[in-house]
Amino acid sequence: MVLFIEQCLNGLQFGLLLFLLAAGLTLVFGIMDLVNLAHGSLYMLGAYFAATFAALTGSFVLGAVLALVATLVVGMAVEVIAIRRLYGRDHLDHVLGTFGLILFFNELVRLVWGPAGRTLPLPDWLSTSVQIFPGVYYPTYRFTIIFVALAVALALYFVVMRTRIGMLVRAGASNREMIGALGINIKLLYTFVFGAGAALAGLAGLMQTPILTASIGMGENILIVAFVVIIIGGIGSIRGAFVASIFVGLVDTVGRAFLPTLLKLFLTPAAASAAGAALSSMLIYLLMAIILIVRPEGLFPAANR
Amino acid sequence: MTSHVTLRNIVVAALLIMLALMPLYGAWIGNNFVLILFTRIVILAIAAVSLNLIMGYGGMVSFGHAAYLGIGGYVVGILAYEGVPSGFVQWPVALIVSGLFALLIGALSLRTRGVYFIMITLAFAQMLYYVAVSLSRYGADDGLTIYRRSQFAGLVNLSDKVVFYYLCLALLLLVILFVWRVVNSRFGMVIRGAKSNERRMRAIGFPTFRYRLACFTISGVICGLAGALLANHTEFVSPADMHWTRSGDLIIMVVLGGMGSLFGPVIGAVAFLLLEEGLSRLTEYWQIIFGPLLLAIVLYARGGIEGLLAGGKRG
Repeated sequence: MVLFIEQCLNGLQFGLLLFLLAAGLTLVFGIMDLVNLAHGSLYMLGAYFAATFAALTGSFVLGAVLALVATLVVGMAVEVIAIRRLYGRDHLDHVLGTFGLILFFNELVRLVWGPAGRTLPLPDWLSTSVQIFPGVYYPTYRFTIIFVALAVALALYFVVMRTRIGMLVRAGASNREMIGALGINIKLLYTFVFGAGAALAGLAGLMQTPILTASIGMGENILIVAFVVIIIGGIGSIRGAFVASIFVGLVDTVGRAFLPTLLKLFLTPAAASAAGAALSSMLIYLLMAIILIVRPEGLFPAANR
Repeated sequence: MTSHVTLRNIVVAALLIMLALMPLYGAWIGNNFVLILFTRIVILAIAAVSLNLIMGYGGMVSFGHAAYLGIGGYVVGILAYEGVPSGFVQWPVALIVSGLFALLIGALSLRTRGVYFIMITLAFAQMLYYVAVSLSRYGADDGLTIYRRSQFAGLVNLSDKVVFYYLCLALLLLVILFVWRVVNSRFGMVIRGAKSNERRMRAIGFPTFRYRLACFTISGVICGLAGALLANHTEFVSPADMHWTRSGDLIIMVVLGGMGSLFGPVIGAVAFLLLEEGLSRLTEYWQIIFGPLLLAIVLYARGGIEGLLAGGKRG
């Protein structure tokens, strides 16, 4: 039971991290109609920046803030240099062009930081544990991730639903030509949205680094999972991305923890551990396939699309 | 009537002659490396031609085509491991199994459109990738070494590098001929019609879903053949053959060469693999050049190399 609660919290934490990635991805898709495979590269850059800046400044928080700013700048630069030219093209062009960007960024990181991974040590005040129930402890850092991600989700909701910029973003999502005709600087808006998405991806990357490490290609595996999330949630829907990311996070984490045990009830231990490992890796893809077959546009299809 | 002597046709003819003479060149410089590289190019060209059938002519962008490459390879590898070395068994089984998987995956995926289709085909390929990773009897993550290439009762000896190369080249030409017949048949017209306006095709009474599914399955079978060849070529199969970046490579080959053209994927496969080889000799960090190059091709050379040669007349 204790293990189950712990795994559920882990699942929640992974899901919220996924949300940070998926939110940027789904915003960019909803507003610019762009499939951005290179989103995972920004996640990776966030992690490497944080590791470097934290080592330079000697402060975890300062390093994280600097890394966020750096990813934001890189994201906006990438938009101005490359991504901008892909708007209005075929989705296949987006897939190929941003695939090219992935290759570029992976090699760039190898060139700058070398092939070995980077670690980001936690400060003392974060590497403690919190007692959630009598006798049950949970790492403070994972709680911090949950709180930060929830706060970002709330802030995102507020910005998109309650501010003027959010209004423009929503208007851009439903009718691009119209808000351009109304005299809004749409190019600037797009650069801003892309940069914000990049910063969110960078935040997810840097928060993941103390748990795993920063490594080349770290963005790609999680990017595919983030795509699964936005497909399940319905492309362009932030609410859908939120629900789907927590759902996917829980299913993936809890599945990995308990499927092998569950299968042991029916199979021999050796077969169960092999089948369990395969099945739990496949679980989210299976989930996505089933949802797409039942609802070809995801759970919360964005209106007017 | 337009002339057949165009820049494009000259290049295609030159490419075919070059491919046909490659073993002679290899023998002349006394180096097996060229032949091995070109065998790989020809095999991946078969896979690219199969992807072009659905992507270029049918508008179905499959981001999971490497799955069939893996399935074909694993069928050969597993049968060899279990003591069935005969190619007369291995190859038909490889084709049938990849066809069945393509039928199943297509039946489920073709319900979706656009970017959803791209992603669901990717999801199925990922599932098969994880299945391959969990095959502990057949090497799991490390892959499976094939100790004997497929045996054809002494008719063809696949261990002879030149014979194997010509077999692959002959199969590539057969596949191109087959695709040419398919796309110019009534069936192919329906597929191409469904690409440009599916609603209209349905309105005039064509069950487009069934046509597309048949096309998707054919493509899977051809790619399974390429997988069986690839397994024989490398004498090794591993989950890496089905990794999603491999599917991306296949898409790049098709787009680089020219989508929806018969020889485009062949040009693309040759160009992609030679570029990879050349750039990786130039610098260890070759992808830092290749990535932006890819982006530039997408941005400025829509019709691929084929389109450039045809003088931008094609769309």
